[in-house]
Amino acid sequence: MTGLITMDDLTNEEILSILDDAERLLPVARGELYLPLLRGRIMGNLFFEPSTRTRMSFETAMKRLGGDVVNLGDVKTSSVVKGETLFDTIQMVDGYTDIIAMRHPRQGAAQYAQDAARVPILNGGDGAGNHPTQTMLDLFTIRQAHGRLDGLKVVLAGDLRYGRTVHSLSHALTRFGCELIFASPTLLQMPAEIVSDLREHGATVTETEDLYGSIDDADVIYMTRIQKERFADEDEYARCAGAYKLHAKHLGDVKGDMIIMHPLPRVDEIHPSVDETRHARYFEQAFNGVVARMALLCRLLGVTVPADVMAQGGAL
Amino acid sequence: MSNEQSMRRVTAIRNGTVIDHVPSGQALRVLEMLGIAGETSVPVSLVMNVPSKKLGSKDIIKVEDRELTQSELDRLALVAPDAHVAIIRAYVVAEKLSINLGEEVVNVVRCTFSNCITTNAREPLAHRLRVVSRDPLHLRCHYCGRPQDLDELVKNAL
Repeated sequence: MTGLITMDDLTNEEILSILDDAERLLPVARGELYLPLLRGRIMGNLFFEPSTRTRMSFETAMKRLGGDVVNLGDVKTSSVVKGETLFDTIQMVDGYTDIIAMRHPRQGAAQYAQDAARVPILNGGDGAGNHPTQTMLDLFTIRQAHGRLDGLKVVLAGDLRYGRTVHSLSHALTRFGCELIFASPTLLQMPAEIVSDLREHGATVTETEDLYGSIDDADVIYMTRIQKERFADEDEYARCAGAYKLHAKHLGDVKGDMIIMHPLPRVDEIHPSVDETRHARYFEQAFNGVVARMALLCRLLGVTVPADVMAQGGAL
Repeated sequence: MSNEQSMRRVTAIRNGTVIDHVPSGQALRVLEMLGIAGETSVPVSLVMNVPSKKLGSKDIIKVEDRELTQSELDRLALVAPDAHVAIIRAYVVAEKLSINLGEEVVNVVRCTFSNCITTNAREPLAHRLRVVSRDPLHLRCHYCGRPQDLDELVKNAL
């Protein structure tokens, strides 16, 4: 394994083993234990478009493990604005660092970077393409709640057309035999080629516009943000957005252990009344970004996470 | 009708290239892919939908005074992978060329997805499409992973 560009770079066994590593690293991610597994290693953070959670959680993950981080900084003040190619930027950062986390507006940029680099690349999102580290933290959150990944019923709702997180996650859930329900306005449906790809891989997929009618026997509801700018007509936006606003009052008949996830930031699609319910998991999910990325950093840098982390770690 | 009769539907050429066993109805797409559609200074003859023992029916293209290059053969592989190509010199077959569609098509066509990293002309990259299946032909971009529409791909020859 060189880098992580798409979820296809990982076998199911590797996914589960990395999630096991992440589980053991939880006390380190929470700051309860100091375990400098990556001391002396440097990560390059190359974010060519805005990011809050992904960039910060990569940085936190590296620092919690005793490693260091160099940042590209604002693209507007970097050599990119002078016309430097991505190839040249990667060549430079490749020489400075041991691993690179990157996000780029162009799809395929992460694979291109991996072809050009000596060090592993962690794809933090490329255009509307892949976002495998988000998928790993999503899988971690689901397994944490249900104790397993296989055979779950997962509702993915909102903008399924442009949301890269739901594309990567759907593929991964299919590999674990989950049943998928895609609830979205017609305009924002999951792209047909992805649905047919999932079905070819044996997925059971149901497409619907009715979110509230799909949630009662779900194990997971994965909400995404519906963006106003996707709609030409403001009334159409208002009508669609209204149909995808999850409120605590909608959760009366859901399963007790059902969890609600969201890659954040949210706008109106999850009402604050849901935050207080036992189903809300989106803030833990955001935290899990740190622990999932810690496990990935260790795996890609060839560092073994000890079986007994508590015995190896020290006080802060 | 014999193969010879099909070939003779148009005049034999003195020098040039004969592309035989083109899938029926695909001749115009082949010409477009080879960049010899529309304005061209060389005479081109084609017959379409003639009977073929192997294919049921087929198209045949004859291009005078032009011998296909390797890069043109590579492009041909995307639209007519089973075509037979013969170079004609002084009315006789001087050479038979084989078309090879490998695991990957490199620097033949550009990915059709508008937001692919390959659309940045300044990046020093090879245009790479992975052959996912041969029959029917399915290609995916090595970089962005998008499946390629063959009709669109014809317009993206390098």
